[in-house]
Amino acid sequence: MKPRLRGEAVPAVLVLAALVAAPFVLSIYGVIVLTEILTMSLFALSFNLLFGYTGLLSFGQAGFFGAGAYFAVLTLIHGPASLWAALAAAVIGAALLAAVIGWFCVRLDEIYFAILTLGFGMMLFTVAHNWRSVTGGSDGLGSFALPELHLFGHSVSLFHPVSFYFLALGIVAFGALLLRRVVGSPFGLLLRGSRENSLRVSFVGADVRTLRLFAFIMAGALAGLAGALFAFYNRIASPEMLHWSFSGKAVLMTILGGSGIFLGPAAGAAIFFVLEHAITAYTTNWMIFLGAILVVLVLAFPKGVLGSLIDRWARRQQGPPP
Amino acid sequence: MEGLLANLLNGLSWGMLLFLISMGLTTIFGVMGVLNFAHGSLFMLGAYLSMQFMRWVGSFWVGLLLGPPIVAGLSVLLERFLLRPLYGRDVSFQLLLTFGVMLFLDDGVRLVWGAAYHVVNPPPILSGAIPFFSQSYPVYRLFIVVLGPLVGIALWAFFAYTRWGKVLRAAAMDRQMAEIVGVRVPAVFTAVFGFGAWLAALGGALAAPHQSVGPAMGERIIIESFIVVVIGGMGSFPGAFAGALILGLLNSFGTTLLPDVQMALPYILLAVILLTRPRGLFGAEA
Repeated sequence: MKPRLRGEAVPAVLVLAALVAAPFVLSIYGVIVLTEILTMSLFALSFNLLFGYTGLLSFGQAGFFGAGAYFAVLTLIHGPASLWAALAAAVIGAALLAAVIGWFCVRLDEIYFAILTLGFGMMLFTVAHNWRSVTGGSDGLGSFALPELHLFGHSVSLFHPVSFYFLALGIVAFGALLLRRVVGSPFGLLLRGSRENSLRVSFVGADVRTLRLFAFIMAGALAGLAGALFAFYNRIASPEMLHWSFSGKAVLMTILGGSGIFLGPAAGAAIFFVLEHAITAYTTNWMIFLGAILVVLVLAFPKGVLGSLIDRWARRQQGPPP
Repeated sequence: MEGLLANLLNGLSWGMLLFLISMGLTTIFGVMGVLNFAHGSLFMLGAYLSMQFMRWVGSFWVGLLLGPPIVAGLSVLLERFLLRPLYGRDVSFQLLLTFGVMLFLDDGVRLVWGAAYHVVNPPPILSGAIPFFSQSYPVYRLFIVVLGPLVGIALWAFFAYTRWGKVLRAAAMDRQMAEIVGVRVPAVFTAVFGFGAWLAALGGALAAPHQSVGPAMGERIIIESFIVVVIGGMGSFPGAFAGALILGLLNSFGTTLLPDVQMALPYILLAVILLTRPRGLFGAEA
């Protein structure tokens, strides 16, 4: 495992350096798009802890993403005007929800797990959509002020897109690093083991359900964090963020980029939003293009775009087979 | 009393539409192991195409006859050229491909027919209402309530008694063994996919006078029919029938009795059934 990790460190530092330098090169519009990509990357990465590393296809991940958004916004409206308090509420709230829902869901696997998570996600959607007095119903919660960020005794206004971008970058980098540590740990190894053969993992004495539950909680907590960031970014928390089709976006971005590579989902998010912004500049029928592109990508890139490119590159490094 | 009866019939007619589309979904899953996300879009396409033929020719029956086979033909091409290359790969790729097809079709009908909802009138023979106690009830909905079980029985007989039905069941049970005894499994898959699409489109054509035709009709029914198929037991016809009835009734009674939580009821039902009977009501326990 160690040499692999060192091999990853160089590209990771390069990507991070590029992301830190990006706002000085890009236009404000570019920075805004990049912020969205980063936020959705964290969402897709959290999904891939379940999908790529544990072998569980969750179709309810948007439930935690949206719940995080609502917890954060509700904290800002009714609680202290502190960014950190709002983010903490999002993470803790989403983790608690994931603990309860996960306790049920980890009993099933394969398609049944996917459908059950979809069902629970839609229950959360219904709560957000119908509990009008608290959640604002289908209009969502939009009337909140984004407080200043207090960091090391300084206060920074997040009104400027570049300041907000650096907040998003910090949070997403933290989340991604945490996830990378987890999947490289013995716990992550057990998760991958349970994906390959859950029976064998239980034979060596590991409790597969507990393993999966911890992965589920962690994925939910990080999805909640991404959701809070997304709500700050859009200045609104709305029920669509919990809908199954939003979960579908995480699935889509992950498989698009490649679920077998750690940063594959992030690459998928980048491809998704760059395409969306490029195409919606010409036509409003972006979904028809997305559908067609998706079909082509699925057929042409068996391991996702990033996964297949890395595969091709690795094969070239090795030279032709003898 | 009248409210109860109207609710009952509304639930049954929606349940029977769900049954039609779920039969195709459960057959495709049972035989091919593919969970078809585009199934709701095929239902929707069936409704739109039939509506278009009705406008051109002026007859509901011509639309019903011509629309669904076109959808089936398109689906045969879809299976042959897009889905078939993916059978060796992970199931998630099939899911993603059909998801892409769904996005394409949902936005495609919006491009061709616009985002507005269209109203389709039932044919003269089935229009109007018949008196029911002190109220009246639309004839068309009764027609759906009767038609659903008839199609279901015909399909069940086809699977149970005909040579073709046996071939399909053989391919579903053990693909390799079926190939060894000479079944052309790829051709069977194509036929099953086309047939399932025909059923979905037929459901769509029949749904057109029942509700209204619009670009969101596929998205709603796909999730409900997933739920039907899962709570009934994947690949099971009696399961699909029971699941569709339960969901249809839950819909109509839920709307009047518990309007606030009605939207969540199907999902609550789904969770309860999956947690108590993980393979559905009629599924073989693993």
